[in-house]
Amino acid sequence: MAAPLLELRELAKSFGGARALRGVDFDLHAGEVHALLGENGAGKSTLIKIVTGAHHPDRGTIRIAGETVVHLTPATAHALGIACIYQQPALFPDLTVTENIALRLDSDPPVRRINWKARRERARGLLARIGADISPEAEVRALSMPEQQLVEIACALGAGARIVIMDEPTASLTQKEQELLFAVVRELRASGVGVIYISHRLEEIFALADRVTVLRDGESVGTNAVSEIDEAALIRMMVGREMTQIYPPGEASPGDLVLALRNLGCAASGVHGVTLDVRAGEVFGLAGLVGAGRTELARILFGLTPADCGEILLNGRPVAPRSPLDAVALGIAYVPEDRRRHGVVLELPIAHNMTMAIHRQVFRGAWLRFGAERLLALEFIRDLAVKCPGPEAPGSSLSGGNQQKVSLARWLATKPRFLILDEPTQGVDVGAKSEIHKIIRRLAKEGLAVLLISSDLPEVLGMSDRIGIMRGGTLTVVLPGNADAHAVMSAALGQKP
Amino acid sequence: MSRHFRELSVAAALAAVLVALAIFAPAFFQPQPLLSLVTREAPTLVVACGMTLVIICRQIDISVGSQFSVCSVCAGLLAAMNWPLALVPPAAIATGALLGAVNGVLIAGLRLPSIVVTLAMMVTLRQGLNMVRQGEFVNLPDRVQWFGLSQVDGQWALVFTALLLLVVLGLAMRHLAAGRFVYAIGSDAEAARLSGIRPQLGTFLVFVFMGGLTGLAAAMNMMQSPQVQPLAGSGLELKVIAAVVVGGVAISGGRGNLWGAFTGLLLLACIAPALTHLHIESYWEKAIQGAIILLAVVADSVRSRNEIR
Repeated sequence: MAAPLLELRELAKSFGGARALRGVDFDLHAGEVHALLGENGAGKSTLIKIVTGAHHPDRGTIRIAGETVVHLTPATAHALGIACIYQQPALFPDLTVTENIALRLDSDPPVRRINWKARRERARGLLARIGADISPEAEVRALSMPEQQLVEIACALGAGARIVIMDEPTASLTQKEQELLFAVVRELRASGVGVIYISHRLEEIFALADRVTVLRDGESVGTNAVSEIDEAALIRMMVGREMTQIYPPGEASPGDLVLALRNLGCAASGVHGVTLDVRAGEVFGLAGLVGAGRTELARILFGLTPADCGEILLNGRPVAPRSPLDAVALGIAYVPEDRRRHGVVLELPIAHNMTMAIHRQVFRGAWLRFGAERLLALEFIRDLAVKCPGPEAPGSSLSGGNQQKVSLARWLATKPRFLILDEPTQGVDVGAKSEIHKIIRRLAKEGLAVLLISSDLPEVLGMSDRIGIMRGGTLTVVLPGNADAHAVMSAALGQKP
Repeated sequence: MSRHFRELSVAAALAAVLVALAIFAPAFFQPQPLLSLVTREAPTLVVACGMTLVIICRQIDISVGSQFSVCSVCAGLLAAMNWPLALVPPAAIATGALLGAVNGVLIAGLRLPSIVVTLAMMVTLRQGLNMVRQGEFVNLPDRVQWFGLSQVDGQWALVFTALLLLVVLGLAMRHLAAGRFVYAIGSDAEAARLSGIRPQLGTFLVFVFMGGLTGLAAAMNMMQSPQVQPLAGSGLELKVIAAVVVGGVAISGGRGNLWGAFTGLLLLACIAPALTHLHIESYWEKAIQGAIILLAVVADSVRSRNEIR
């Protein structure tokens, strides 16, 4: 048998302290569709970025068609015939299909007359090869998402790609578009191209792939022929791990009902029919895949995208937050997902960051009292054990975990009754992570109702008193806190447990 | 220390220029010419205060020069119509605030980029003024110049007004919640919004404030001469933005303060008289100012790159 098209051995990569990949083996043969499966954060994206030359591995070898490649850059990856089709196509929207394809494939000297006729013909030919009914003269802006993906695939073909990577290509496609895409993938396979296919949807993997490799915590758990494995076994491979962390124990008896949602929905953000209860002293975990609508739900509750149907009851009273200001006044706090973009303001001192949401309450009149602000900041710094030079240090001087604590402090300062945490430990090192877990548990003990959104499965399992699973914009199941990983993952993937 | 490094380094540069002048051209420090120099810069300082807020808010206003001209002409015409002198500056401020509100609505309300909006505003106001006034000067009644005070008293009054504004605004930016909002909006509008601050409203008000201060500056400028020229404000925007940037206010928003802008303005304002006193040809003025601005921008970029690590 010929050498595989792509062979990865013992690939490892760390970002800062976080180990994204810790020894991954993977191979891909010509004329094969090889699916890559794993939870959020299992290392799929990092793996793809290494293969396309965007990241360099810390160690491990990459062999392409039997040749060891030492220094893979985006340019060499392109030259070696590696192409990646992302979920969001990276085309130039104001140029035509022909121009986009030409930009990818040709490297003309800047000043020379271009033979547009030949280019249009080539574009037409490539599009015909994948059975796409798209005019080469169409502006990319006018094309639908799947059509743009087809143009990407045409580019890849035109470049003579031997290895095509598809990263969740069906995430935004309708059933019919999906079938068209599958036909194209099968076409590629028949013509001897190797396809790495990344998807969360198990049914697609069974419909399309020849083999499947499961990644978990940056390691390859196993590679199987699709014909020899079933869904249950795949899910087991994705979640089967020992609890490496000790989670603080939960509260035995939650208190009064704090938040109740009745058939809540918002057409603009795709959330519909969510019904759930969260009690004082309870950590309600919200699990699901990326795009399942969890952050969108949080944004509704925080008044960022107000609900257009259903009811929100806070302590039994119906409320309708229409802005963050409303939400804060009602006692709802939201620690957002992306702390670098929406959380801690890096330029401002820690103390300013902590009091950002409470000017109106704590500082009577308009005059800021620095003494009071400093005291408050020092209190939070001690209380949450924020490691920092002092309340005057800028947010940028902190590590990720400590930034997250500052973001948390800002919201605790508003004295909320209901706290939404969106991925509170994403990109945080292990030590800070367990500190944040202890803080969450303590807050719950103090009577706060906590909604914990997390893609970190062990975290949801370990921290939650109950676990809600969202899928396709709605809450599908609520499981008890002692549910097992398999049940949660099955529900998130939409499989019968 | 390191937190104010940028402001202190501008102050050090200013001190160095002043020391050099004290040694080589002590004539610079004669009280009367110095007071005249400072008085001429007083309106610029007022506009620079507003511009500092605008830039901290991660916006820019290049229409201040044209706004200044319009406010000057309006104030001049009112004074020439024998309005009571006490009402002329408020009228100028109101005119400026109105122009600022137009900018504010377009930028904050329609979320258009401030550079484009204020560029359009700059050109429109300038050409409109040319069309209406045909370049005609407004001759002012005698009682307008120096408020009818003696020249020295009038000069002190203007300098005092500008410094008072600087101090009050500087304290307000530090001690009022509103000041903190401006920093928060400029640093990260989305984080500010999530924290219950209304970034669009804040931005709008900053532009209104900028316009009002421009009007005040125009009135202060009018008090210094017997007539108003319709091009009084041309080039003002560049001078003011340069001073603010030299003073360490980051063009990317959220960082810097009024004290820095103040020292930056003094530094740039010293260059021209210093050249005269040192008998260097005045052609060098713009070149040296340009070099200082470039140096300031490079210093900022190096600093922020070091911080990202």
